[in-house]
Amino acid sequence: MAAPEFAVPELKEYPVIPILKADAMAAAKPYVASAPMNEALGFPGELVADWEERAVAKLGELLQKYRSLKVYLDACVHCGACTDKCHYFLGTGDPKNMPVARQDLLRSVYRRHFTPAGKLFPKLVGAKDLTRDMLEDWYKYYNQCSECRRCSLFCPYGIDTAEITMAAKEILDAVGYGQKYTNEIIGKVHRVGNNLGLPPAALADTLEGLEEDIKADTGVDVRLPLDEAGAEVLLITPSADFFAEPHVDSLVGYAKVFHAAGIRWTLSSKASEAGNFGMFIGSYDQLRRIALRVREAALELGVKRIVVGECGHAWRVAYSFWNTLTGIGAGGNDPFALQLQKQLDQRYKQPSHICEVTYDLIRRGALKFDKEANDHRIVTFHDSCNVARGSRMGDAPGGQFEIPRAIIRAVANHYVEMAPGTTHEQTFCCGGGGGLLTDELLELRVKGASPRMEALKQVADSDGVNFMATICAICKAQFTKVLPYYHFDRSMIGGVHQLVSTAIRLGA
Amino acid sequence: MAIEVNGKTYETDEEGYLVNLGDWSEEVANFIARQENVEMTPNHWEVVNFLRDYYNEFQIAPAVRVLTKAIGKKLGPEKGNSQYLYELFPYGPAKQACKIAGLPKPTGCV
Repeated sequence: MAAPEFAVPELKEYPVIPILKADAMAAAKPYVASAPMNEALGFPGELVADWEERAVAKLGELLQKYRSLKVYLDACVHCGACTDKCHYFLGTGDPKNMPVARQDLLRSVYRRHFTPAGKLFPKLVGAKDLTRDMLEDWYKYYNQCSECRRCSLFCPYGIDTAEITMAAKEILDAVGYGQKYTNEIIGKVHRVGNNLGLPPAALADTLEGLEEDIKADTGVDVRLPLDEAGAEVLLITPSADFFAEPHVDSLVGYAKVFHAAGIRWTLSSKASEAGNFGMFIGSYDQLRRIALRVREAALELGVKRIVVGECGHAWRVAYSFWNTLTGIGAGGNDPFALQLQKQLDQRYKQPSHICEVTYDLIRRGALKFDKEANDHRIVTFHDSCNVARGSRMGDAPGGQFEIPRAIIRAVANHYVEMAPGTTHEQTFCCGGGGGLLTDELLELRVKGASPRMEALKQVADSDGVNFMATICAICKAQFTKVLPYYHFDRSMIGGVHQLVSTAIRLGA
Repeated sequence: MAIEVNGKTYETDEEGYLVNLGDWSEEVANFIARQENVEMTPNHWEVVNFLRDYYNEFQIAPAVRVLTKAIGKKLGPEKGNSQYLYELFPYGPAKQACKIAGLPKPTGCV
């Protein structure tokens, strides 16, 4: 099947709010999950006959469960501050990709069924029935939101738009209308242990090959241990790090950091995935079940520290939810959570991000670098949305911005920032987050990447930037795919620990 | 969905990947390659055959690094890189080559 033909947005010198193009993305629709994929997660196999009734009931259930959802659905005053903040709106011009319009697809049904005014005078208050067309719009446009929360940042009421998208996805799953990419992958995590479906034997073979590569490159025996009980650190990293480029170069970087610092570490074949797509589909049950694999592995291996590799949404899940879900961090109070809290070394942050580990070692002088090894690179940093707006690093506010940058400055001589308003907490999504990194949404992904591409082009033109570092597997895969559409070389994208890997001194 | 090759019908998923791995044959591979606008040369076959061998052993396609190393050994070190694989399979070596080799699509953040 040939790639669909579409016009790639023209990159401008400064951001321009697009002219509205009604229904421009009405044809963009990810594949629907098959019955076996849905049923494996406990969802109805296909769209149920009484979907309207069940969807409204599910919305009612979510309103009871999450007070926040009710507040967000009630609070919007349609001020319009969010309208031009979404990368998908900026890239496509489709008015339904304005965050307020996307939210209103759910809000209008909420008003019809759950507010007195909407029940009595629907037309006066913008309340709408849940028709088949509306359900279709939910499926299309909630699958055109990457849950990046950039719009939320500009909302004067602090409405968490991603939570509305997650609620909509949860309702769609509850009526048997889930999305293939996310649901197939979650099934693989339960069956095999990771998003990729990489079985333990293949993982072991891949790691062995990487050890040979590092030996050939450096002459040093750097290990990538698997399932080694008694290791100090359990590294949880996205399975893409084992499989794809440029991801694998960061995995090599983590291994070199642990080697140079003399830290005994291991990967786990059971918890061979940092990603947790349970968050993308808004399913607390799936979020928990996927996270518990990490706890099982940590208890079995008896590790003292849990470190998370370069994965954006995984870090949000780890930083914000692992504590109560699993006991990694304080808050979980079931027996296994308590056992794990006792087992982990509380002198370290649990969990820690690999960037925190590396940065801490750099500050203590435990790592040495030949920075000129990166002199062929002029580097910029793309903040990943879930790290930037969903978590923190280190001990000070803004650590999630400063720590990756400090690492880059420690290992490379040439660093350039992209334009303010496109980085830090205002960063633009890569265009592939939230469970949208699938081929049939390529047009959306290419167009949604345009605000980031615009900012990148500015620094490429003005400062010769030729490397955009990031700390997210989705960002890496997405940019590898879309950079060529904007006449950039796909090898411009890479990981922070890829830069570390290039410059680090081993066995000195 | 389905494809028809030499009068026989083979089931595929929405994206054109074979549903039953046992349906694969060189004719089917050539047919899928033509749909993908890929002209199969002996070097393409080296990649496809390696993918299939690896899959038979490990039930998954090889990591890109494993593949580039193997191809470098077979076709020469100058070809042992993902740049060369993209020349052979422009839509991306992992996905497009897997489709032609009759293997499932690699999923996840790849």
